[in-house]
Amino acid sequence: MFGDYSISDLGAILAMQGFAGLILFSVYVLMALGLAIIFGQMGVINMAHGEFMILGAYVTWMTSNAVQHVAPWLFPGYFFIAMILAFIASGALGMLVEWALIRHLYKRPLDTLLATWGLSLILQQAYRSIFGAREVGVELPEWMMGSWQATDSIQIPINGMFVMALTILITIAVAYVLFWSSWGKQVRAVVQNRVMAGAVGINTEKVDRYTFGLGCGIAGIAGSAFTMIGSTGPTAGQLYIVDTFLVVVFGGAASLFGTIASAFSISQTQSTLEFFLSGSMAKVITLLTIVAILMVRPQGLFALKVRK
Amino acid sequence: MIINSRFFNRSELLGFLALAVLLFLVLPLSLDIFRLNLVAKYLTYAFVGIGLVLCWGYGGILSLGQGVFFGLGGYCMAMYLKLEASSVANTQIQSTPGIPDFMDWNQLTSLPFFWKPFHSFPVTLLAILLVPAVFALIIGAAMFKRRVGGVYFAIITQAIAAILTILIVGQQGYTGGINGITDLRTLHGWDIRTDHAKYILYFVEVALLFGCICAAQFIRLTKLGRILVAMREQEDRVRFSGYSVANFKIFAFCAAAVFAAIGGAMFTLEVGFMSPSFVGIVPSIEMVIYTAVGGRMSIFGAVWGALLVNFAKTSLSESFPQLWLFGLGALFIAVVLAFPNGLSGIWADHVQPRIDRLLASRKSKSAAGLIADGAPAE
Repeated sequence: MFGDYSISDLGAILAMQGFAGLILFSVYVLMALGLAIIFGQMGVINMAHGEFMILGAYVTWMTSNAVQHVAPWLFPGYFFIAMILAFIASGALGMLVEWALIRHLYKRPLDTLLATWGLSLILQQAYRSIFGAREVGVELPEWMMGSWQATDSIQIPINGMFVMALTILITIAVAYVLFWSSWGKQVRAVVQNRVMAGAVGINTEKVDRYTFGLGCGIAGIAGSAFTMIGSTGPTAGQLYIVDTFLVVVFGGAASLFGTIASAFSISQTQSTLEFFLSGSMAKVITLLTIVAILMVRPQGLFALKVRK
Repeated sequence: MIINSRFFNRSELLGFLALAVLLFLVLPLSLDIFRLNLVAKYLTYAFVGIGLVLCWGYGGILSLGQGVFFGLGGYCMAMYLKLEASSVANTQIQSTPGIPDFMDWNQLTSLPFFWKPFHSFPVTLLAILLVPAVFALIIGAAMFKRRVGGVYFAIITQAIAAILTILIVGQQGYTGGINGITDLRTLHGWDIRTDHAKYILYFVEVALLFGCICAAQFIRLTKLGRILVAMREQEDRVRFSGYSVANFKIFAFCAAAVFAAIGGAMFTLEVGFMSPSFVGIVPSIEMVIYTAVGGRMSIFGAVWGALLVNFAKTSLSESFPQLWLFGLGALFIAVVLAFPNGLSGIWADHVQPRIDRLLASRKSKSAAGLIADGAPAE
């Protein structure tokens, strides 16, 4: 396995694969954050989460095209506008979906899974009809291209660093909103005991709707970030949905810290294995390990102790 | 609850007969062999549906990995057929004659060990039933003994479906990769590609389907079936009454796996190939869709669901390929939101009472006539 590589080569490989893993980690964290709010806090299984992410990616793509045509001077900073638009678009769609679909199904979690799967089919076909079946990619502004030469043998792409910085910022923001703001307290109160939360005057329906919207909006930002490192097609969301669910379940569904820790360990395992094995075997081994660990420890890495 | 001692009650008997007439008489007589073969393909999903009714509808265990068992059954059958099709005489142009063509393309020079048992037909038949059952037993034992259920079970089975697909696609030399195992010709020396063979296979499949329906009905009516329902409704009470909940769940899951595997094996025979596109997450969820549309509580509903949804899929995607996914998605949302018991629920709630009322009013009329004729005033 380690064959012909010298120690310093191995070090460089590990560093670069580690960094590739960090980019994967950022995508996982961004996607899993939204899902951790929706699934971990609300108990809703949103199979259409990947499609909300793709919506964000398409919004970014449209913004980049629009900016290029209408206001080229804005181009270096278009990404920030796109991110906000993506958050608004995905969040609004999420709130609409919650109102039309999810709120009828809070007592039947398995049925949310089926209904949102139907929703994801509709959204996929809608993307295919509107944007075409071909994958689209955005043009990066100049300052995001190229890479930073850390040493002779280690190169780190700038767009990757940007995505990582973004991930850290958003994670902090979400943690702040959920754990320190009064609205976050309301969310957690509703999740823990809906009836009592209603009795002390929290508008539980409104909290549900905004929570779902927030989760979907973060997925939109994830999609926006996703365009920085890869191209987007109508079915790209489906590729990530199982991984993301595993990230959330593996971390312990209700724990935000667990989600981040599990995203980190999964992405690092996968990208390190990818260098030595074929991509598919790396993925198989990673997923199998997670499933095996989940069979031994079904509550995930960091579980809240709850009395059933 | 009134416990019916008969195997089928009146409406179930009617359902059974209607389905038997449709599948044994109406469809073979009215459809050409191409369409009949399509029906046979749809019916392979009905096997999966029956399994899902037992394990999801009755046991409350939603498995999103039934494609795994469908695929295992299908691949077992396909491996046997492929070995028969790649005899030394047929594969002389290869650099290693006597092994399947895709192995030769991938520079394999000998048959992998796990292919060797599939030279024998009885072993293959046994493998079709045992491999998925053992696999389901391992998954089920690991999960249910630790009281993993509901949502977590669904997600983990889905992950297993994803893993198996990636594995099959990645290990091209051993499994045929993304194309699957194709170019299957004979079953035990009997050409399965002729029209005549397709007719015979259709009837074999329908007979097997009715066998599975009866087996599922038997499970449903025994005490086991009632424990499954009790578990779904109040798992803790069943546990406190001294039943081993995990073992019953494992049984239901294994039974569903075996049904799915039979369907998969028939699929390989009917369609003539097997590929990872029938194993992964999307087909697995579609199988759940068929069951949900037909009615998750009804064995016959599952068969009708598989037939109707697939029929709609074929005809819609033939004429309006754009609309099909919209239609499927909307159908699914509608079923979950408005008709949780699917078609069979609509039948039981809206059609059946009318028929009953119609029959009852006739009966009461004639009964009233009798009384008017014969009975003296009190």
